[in-house]
Amino acid sequence: MIRGDWIASNVPALIDATFDHVILTVVAVGVGLALSFALSILIYRRRSLSGAIIGVAGVLYTIPSLALFAFLVPFTGLSFLSAQIGLVSYTLLILIRNILAGFEGVPDDVVEAADGMGYGRARRFVSVELPLALPLIVAGIRIATVTTIGLVMVAAVIGQGGLGQVMVRGFNFRNDTAVYTGAVLIVALAIVADVALATAGRLVTPWSRARSR
Amino acid sequence: MTAAQVAHHRASTVEFRNVTKRYEAGAKDTPGAVNDLSLEVPAGRICVLVGPSGCGKTTSLKMVNRLIEPTSGQILIDGQDAADRDVIELRRGIGYVIQQVGLFPHQTIGENVVTVPRLLGWSRARQQERAEELLALVGLEPATYRDRYPSQLSGGERQRVGVARALAADPPIMLMDEPFGAVDPIVRERLQNEFLRLQEELAKTILFVTHDIDEAIKMGDLVAVMQTGGILAQFAEPAEILASPASEFVARFVGADRGLKRMSLSRVSDLELRRPITAKVGDVCSDARRRALADSFAYLLLVDEANRPVGWIGEDEIPTEGRLTESMGESMSPLMDRRTTLKDALSMLLDADVQAGIVVDRTGAVIGLVTADMIADWMRMTAVEPDFDSSEAPHPERTEVVEA
Repeated sequence: MIRGDWIASNVPALIDATFDHVILTVVAVGVGLALSFALSILIYRRRSLSGAIIGVAGVLYTIPSLALFAFLVPFTGLSFLSAQIGLVSYTLLILIRNILAGFEGVPDDVVEAADGMGYGRARRFVSVELPLALPLIVAGIRIATVTTIGLVMVAAVIGQGGLGQVMVRGFNFRNDTAVYTGAVLIVALAIVADVALATAGRLVTPWSRARSR
Repeated sequence: MTAAQVAHHRASTVEFRNVTKRYEAGAKDTPGAVNDLSLEVPAGRICVLVGPSGCGKTTSLKMVNRLIEPTSGQILIDGQDAADRDVIELRRGIGYVIQQVGLFPHQTIGENVVTVPRLLGWSRARQQERAEELLALVGLEPATYRDRYPSQLSGGERQRVGVARALAADPPIMLMDEPFGAVDPIVRERLQNEFLRLQEELAKTILFVTHDIDEAIKMGDLVAVMQTGGILAQFAEPAEILASPASEFVARFVGADRGLKRMSLSRVSDLELRRPITAKVGDVCSDARRRALADSFAYLLLVDEANRPVGWIGEDEIPTEGRLTESMGESMSPLMDRRTTLKDALSMLLDADVQAGIVVDRTGAVIGLVTADMIADWMRMTAVEPDFDSSEAPHPERTEVVEA
């Protein structure tokens, strides 16, 4: 049974756990994005690296999450760092694929026009290619964020789970209310994050809403 | 917008001096090579590079703004070697229009057209003012179009924006690579006409690439016919290319309908117009009838007070007494002006009841008549036979002209 009194008396702890969950997610996606961006530019500059980089990201992506966290413990302990190494690893494949697709999707004629009108390479990148790649990059960030919010729960096995902790404790003490509350909050978090990112994405790409009349 | 605001008549000469571009054998997807190309485009003229695909016309164009660097030779702009100039600064001084237009999808039309002014660091106010000027110049209502995105425009509208964008910083040179190739024939013709009208005011030096010989003849002050391998086959005014093609290749590329094409180059103003017998509504019939019968042409042209045509009356149908009324002028024939091409004029005449086109001025007043016989006489008078037989018998090595 769901016990309202348990929820009422644990509001501060639940807020803390939600906050931890958000921090774990934001840091993981932020670091993942920075890394992916750097790696994507590397691939963009040197095509030959694409196989190796995407290959490694792909292998990381296939390692079962529980196993990866357990594997990291002997090296980095039951720490925030262990959690982040795992979480970031899972964002790489998603983000790199989307960033590359975004840049590859920039029409050739637009790039040619930009060159022909006298854009320098850096300026072309920042004010033409990046904005045009943005819709796909944002799509990647949305998938990565929602995936990470789910994975943070698994990081509870190394004591870094945010709302996952609440659920694990619920299992251990046969407290259904804790299990369900944790689960509902995680789902809510994922939905809120997805909607917020989608909205932000639309705000920064006003042209993608403008369709032929 | 007045012409003075737009045009400072800034234009440069562009000279190709022994320009060669070679690509390594076996390299994939390379554009056409260019072989020892030398030609000079005088300031303020349109030079059309035309030829089958792979003839190096686009390569030649892109060497001017150095999107492609020549293997050897020089391209001189106002006598200065383009290779010596800073490439970014060079490109900002050359308008560039391409077939796919290449508008920035993430920018509004207003932002798109002032791309180069923005790169040059113009103030916001000046950019905005320029955007409005340019949109009006290419026939797009600024208030309607300024804040739209390219995806909201038709192909023809986008192409106009492309031209406006290339003109933004008033460059002395424009490079146009099949600029009207991606729109349907009706829109293409309208864009071509508008562009020619614009060029009369702007007088830019324009290099224009097309694979369409009709477009080349229509748009070019000078036409450079190129053949596969990047060889210049003939460089001359369109009329000369049609009247005396320099080689079999040119003759074949120009096509067997050279005569019709020559007619599309010449205008009604080239003919000596025939004077029609006219009478105003309200004139005395008997007088009008006498004058009509005295002339060899079997019809009388009825006009209104302002000398604008109302209709034709057969000379036998003019009443012997009373006054002419508007309803007597039953049949009309096509109206044309001095700028109508002979080809259009002839085509209109073939469809008409009375086979005489009425040439009118800006106010619609009658200037004179054109008949099919007059056009035929003019063609005979101006024809030059080529010194080889080009279009009659099929040539054994005849290769198809590929229209890419």
